[in-house]
Amino acid sequence: MPFSFNTVSALVLRYIYLYTRNPVRFVELIFWPLVDLLMWGFLTVYLKKQGVGEFPTAITYLIGGMILWDVLFRSQQGVSISFLEDVWTRNLLNIFVAPVRTVEYVAATCVVGVLRVGVTLLVLVLVASLAYQFHLTDLGFGLLPFLGNLILFGWFLGMISTALIMRLGQAAESLAWAVPFFIQPLASVFYPVSVLPEWLQPIAMALPCTPVFEGMRTVLAGQPVPWGSIQHAFILNLIWGTIAGLFFAVNLRHVRKAGLLVKVATQ
Amino acid sequence: MNHSTVILEADKLVKTFGDSTALDGLSFQVTKGESLGLLGVNGAGKTTAMNLLLGLTTPTSGTIRMFGKDLWKHRIEILKQVNFSSAYTSLPSNLLVWQNLTVFARLYGVAKPKQRIEELLELLDITHLRKSVTGTLSAGESTRVNLAKALLNEPRLLLLDEPTASLDPDIADRVRKLLRKLQAERGLSILYTSHNMRDIEEVCDRLIFLHGGKVLAEGTPGEVHERFHRSSLEDLFIGVARGEIDAIGLKPL
Repeated sequence: MPFSFNTVSALVLRYIYLYTRNPVRFVELIFWPLVDLLMWGFLTVYLKKQGVGEFPTAITYLIGGMILWDVLFRSQQGVSISFLEDVWTRNLLNIFVAPVRTVEYVAATCVVGVLRVGVTLLVLVLVASLAYQFHLTDLGFGLLPFLGNLILFGWFLGMISTALIMRLGQAAESLAWAVPFFIQPLASVFYPVSVLPEWLQPIAMALPCTPVFEGMRTVLAGQPVPWGSIQHAFILNLIWGTIAGLFFAVNLRHVRKAGLLVKVATQ
Repeated sequence: MNHSTVILEADKLVKTFGDSTALDGLSFQVTKGESLGLLGVNGAGKTTAMNLLLGLTTPTSGTIRMFGKDLWKHRIEILKQVNFSSAYTSLPSNLLVWQNLTVFARLYGVAKPKQRIEELLELLDITHLRKSVTGTLSAGESTRVNLAKALLNEPRLLLLDEPTASLDPDIADRVRKLLRKLQAERGLSILYTSHNMRDIEEVCDRLIFLHGGKVLAEGTPGEVHERFHRSSLEDLFIGVARGEIDAIGLKPL
């Protein structure tokens, strides 16, 4: 498939300009995750002082879950918010009539997702380390594949959210924030999948992020990195990636046929 | 007509949305250096035609060929030689003018982006706006920046959707003169939609008057209004808009 890295880098450069021109955008990348971290952090400190449960291990579950969830969320946001930025600035048509392949456009939003993850993660890791003595590097060699799987799944959720917004119009733009939270209760971010009702567990395990959060708890409990879980997550990501790609392509074809792309771009 | 000079060829374009037919068998050609206007009242099919030509919407049937190639089979190759400007799109408002132009220069694969941007800023008399925030520009300045973006890749075909909308008469006149100059000097082909009859009369060599998705009339601006015994293009437009088509003897071609 033809692909131009120059086109992708030009699109990414545009997002970098957007962020550096408007530092308020960094607030979104840093402020909310930081608020989340402080809330979960202080809650776990409080619980620890109460002497309830298996502390200090459980504290790391909560903080670790929160940080890794944010990796998935920021990655998803990179794709869907980048699309919305073009809609909000009435620039979408300029992009879609430029020699930009759909795959290049999506790839650029994925790169933006990684950059967003990088900024947020850096801040969270530093604060978690200083304030709560939680060190993400405690996840050892599993850290990178854990992060990789979450970023991949975030991209795919972003593609699904974007496809839905294109199809349903700007009125559906809240989906850019809502889609990840549809799956959060099943993703076992803060609790093991075993606490879910039995009939829900297979559905939870069909999400690539669930084995990652399960794997994180395994490592933080002092067990070796569960490479089987990582492999499981990767295979699920391949399936989800195929589904998201097809969903995006089918929707794009539909919005072009129905003239919805122009509507969403000029609303 | 020499086929080697045909830049754009639309053949029997039909576009339906559900039960509604937005375009009903539109066919036309644009040759090298020619400026063709699409004129019509709201809902006539101009915007639909423009969106089909830009590849933003797919036709229900019919074909679009640019530079001798099918638009959908050679989309990227074709779009590299085409550009677009519209009063209804804008460049990201919080970026500086040079940042926006740099991004689009890279998207269009312009060889020496800095040099090209400087040339265009000078040509459009907006060098002083290089470091301005795009969102703070006046309508006239913004139109010229949009035109600079549209000329970055030295397009062979320029699609303009009401480029002078919201401009004062002085700036609108400057834009029209500039387009004429570019057309004469560079052999640029232009497809132009507008509600401004003066735009069409001054910029377009030929026009297609659309009504209800069909071609109502075609010819030079003078030919079209004279053929239907109206005093001007604007008079003809008003007649069509007010449903006086039968009264003035207009029938779709």
